[in-house]
Amino acid sequence: MADTVVTHDIPSVYEPSLFGTYSKKIGMWLFLMSDSLTFGALLYAYSYGRISTAGWPTPFHSTSIVNATIMTAFLLTSSLTMVMAVRASVQKDAKMQTIWLLATIACGAGFVILHGMEWSKLIAEGLTLPMFPAVPGHEVSAEFANVAKSVPQFPSTFFTLTGMHMVHVTLGIVYLGVVALRRKFIPVLLALWLIAWLATPSYSPFHYGAHVLLVAAVVISIILWLKPKVYDSSDVEVAGLYWHFVDLVWMFIFPLVYLMSTRI
Amino acid sequence: MGADLWIISIAIFCLGALMGALNFITTTLDMRAKGMTLMRMPLTCWAWFVTAILGLLAFGVLLSAGILLLMDRNLGTSFFVPLGTVNGVLTGHKGGSPLLWQHLFWFFGHPEVYIAILPAMGLCSQLLSVFSRKPIFGYKAMVYAILAIGFLGFMVWGHHMFMSGMSPYSAFAFSIMTMGIGVPSAIKTFNWLGTLWRGKIRFSSPMLFAIGFVSLFVVGGISGPFLAQPVLDIYLHETYFVIAHFHLIMGVASIFGIFAATYYWFPKMFGRMMNEPLAKTHFWLTFIGAYAIFMPMHYYGMAGGLRRYSQGTEVGWINQLWPIQRFISIAAFVTIAAQFIFVFNLFWSMKKGKKAVDNPWEATTLEWTTATPPPHDNFGGLTPVVYNGPYEYSVPGAPRDYVMQTDAPVTARH
Repeated sequence: MADTVVTHDIPSVYEPSLFGTYSKKIGMWLFLMSDSLTFGALLYAYSYGRISTAGWPTPFHSTSIVNATIMTAFLLTSSLTMVMAVRASVQKDAKMQTIWLLATIACGAGFVILHGMEWSKLIAEGLTLPMFPAVPGHEVSAEFANVAKSVPQFPSTFFTLTGMHMVHVTLGIVYLGVVALRRKFIPVLLALWLIAWLATPSYSPFHYGAHVLLVAAVVISIILWLKPKVYDSSDVEVAGLYWHFVDLVWMFIFPLVYLMSTRI
Repeated sequence: MGADLWIISIAIFCLGALMGALNFITTTLDMRAKGMTLMRMPLTCWAWFVTAILGLLAFGVLLSAGILLLMDRNLGTSFFVPLGTVNGVLTGHKGGSPLLWQHLFWFFGHPEVYIAILPAMGLCSQLLSVFSRKPIFGYKAMVYAILAIGFLGFMVWGHHMFMSGMSPYSAFAFSIMTMGIGVPSAIKTFNWLGTLWRGKIRFSSPMLFAIGFVSLFVVGGISGPFLAQPVLDIYLHETYFVIAHFHLIMGVASIFGIFAATYYWFPKMFGRMMNEPLAKTHFWLTFIGAYAIFMPMHYYGMAGGLRRYSQGTEVGWINQLWPIQRFISIAAFVTIAAQFIFVFNLFWSMKKGKKAVDNPWEATTLEWTTATPPPHDNFGGLTPVVYNGPYEYSVPGAPRDYVMQTDAPVTARH
C-alpha cells in the first residue's frame, strides 16, 4: 500500500474534532448542504413558474407514471444495496462490499437507462425544448406538442429538474465505480462512454450528453494517477451519503414533476 | 457566445468557491492545533470561517441560476424570458419571469457582499489589537457579531428588489431585517473604537489601512439605513447614492482590508519588510482619494444623478451636475495612479526590502512563532501547542508587553 490509511488512534497533535467524526464525512455533509440549495433553487424556479402560469398542463398518463414508479423502485432498491455495501465494508468483507457496490451501480444504471428512454419518447412525441432537434419518423402526440407550444415552462422545468438529477445519478455511478473497482473502473467507464455515444442517434440529447462520461474518465485518471489510494470503510460510507442524498432528491422530484402533472 | 462563456466561467467559479468553502470549514472544525479552542481563534480565522459558510450556502444557488440562464440562452427554455426577444432576436420564449432571476441572483448576491467584507472585518480587528497593544475589546461579542451578520445576511436579499413591485408587507419585513444588521455592525464598530481607546498605538502602514477600513466602514455604513427604507429607496434607487454606499462599504473598505493584510503579512511571506514611507504615501493618497471620489457621489445621487445613463449630456438636470462628475473623474485618475506606488513597493520590497525578523510586529498569533519566511509545512513538521488567547497584549506581570499563544503559562494565570 503506497498510501496508508490515516488512523486517528495515535495521540493527535490537533484539537479533538467538534463532531467526533472524520473530516471527509463532515466535508461530504457540507457539500450535500450546498447541493441541496442548488436543487432547492431549481425547485423554487419550478414552483415559481408553476404558480405564475395560468392553466398549468397535466399531460402525463399512466405510461409515464408506471415508468417513473419503476424508476423510483430502482432507486429505492439501490439505497438498500448501498446500506448493505456500507455494512460489508464495516465488517471488512471486501468481496461482499464490491458485490453490493456493483449492485447499487446496476440499479442506478437501470434508473438512468429507463429515464433516458422516457426522455427520448417524450421528445419524439413533441414534449420537447425548441433547441432539441426533431426526431425523424415518429408520430407527434397532439397533446404534448400543444403543451410544449402553449406552456414552454412545462418542458423547461421538466427537463431541467430531471436532467440535473440524472447528471447527479450518473456522477454517483462513476463515484461508486471508482470506490468499488478503483483503477480497473477506467476501462469500464470508457466502454460505457463508447456504448452510450454510439448507441444513441445523433438527434438525441444523450448522443452528446454521453461525453460527460469521457470527461469523468479523464478527471478520474488524473486523480488516481496523482493520488493512488486504497479506499476504506469511511470512503464507502461517505460515498453512501452522496448516493442516499441523490435518492432523497428524487423523492422530491417524483411527486412534484410526475404525480402532480397527472390528470386524476 | 461571449455571454455564454462568461456564464460558464461563473459556474466554474461557483464550483471552485464551493470546494474552497468545504476545505476551509472542515479544516477550521477538524485541524486546529492542540489547545486552539474555537474561542481562542484569531478573529481573522473566525471571519474566514463564517465567510466560508456563507460561500457554501450562496454559491450553490448562483450555480442553479447560471444553469437556468444558460438553458434559456441555448436550449430554448424560458425561465427568465417573459416574452419575445433574447439579444435582439425574436424567439418563441415566453412565460418566464425576470423576477425569478432577481430572487435567485440576490439570494446569492446579498450574502456575497458579506463574503467580500467579512474577511476584512476579521483581519482589521486583528490588526487594531496588535498595533494598539491592547486585547481586542469584547472578543466574544466580536465573534457573535460576525455570526449574526452572516445569519442576517441571508434574510435580506429582498432589499435589492424594493422597486420590483413586491408587497409592501414583504418590503417592510426585508427593511426591518436589513436595519437589524446595523446592530451587530455597530457592536463591531464600537468594539474597534474601544480597542483603540487609550492604546499605545503604533501607526505602521498595516494599522493605517486598518483604521482607514473602520473609517470607510462607518461612513459607507451610515447610508445603509437610508437605502434600507423602501420609501427612501424608491427615490434613491438607481442613483449614484447607491454607488457611493456600496463602493465605500463593500468595495473600498474590503480593498483597504487587502492592503492592510498585504503590508502586515508581507514580511512573513517574503522575509523582507515593505518600504514604510512609500506605504504611508500610498495610504494617504488612497484614503483621501477614496473620499474624494465617493463623497460627492452622495450629493450627485441625491440631486437625481442616475447610474446607468450612458449619455448624461442629453439630460437637463444632470447637465447642471457636470462639475461634480468632472471632479469625481479627476479624483479617480489620481487614486488609480497612486496604486502604482503600491505595485512598485510590492515588487521592489521582495528584492530590496529590509530583512524582516521572525516577529516584526510583536504579534501573538501562531504564524509569528515560525521562521520568516516559513519552512516547508509552515511549522517544520512540528504542530504548535496553544495555551493562550490570541490577543494577550500589555499583560500585567508578563516579561514582555505581549504573551504568545504558544507561551506556556508560568503561574496560574489564564
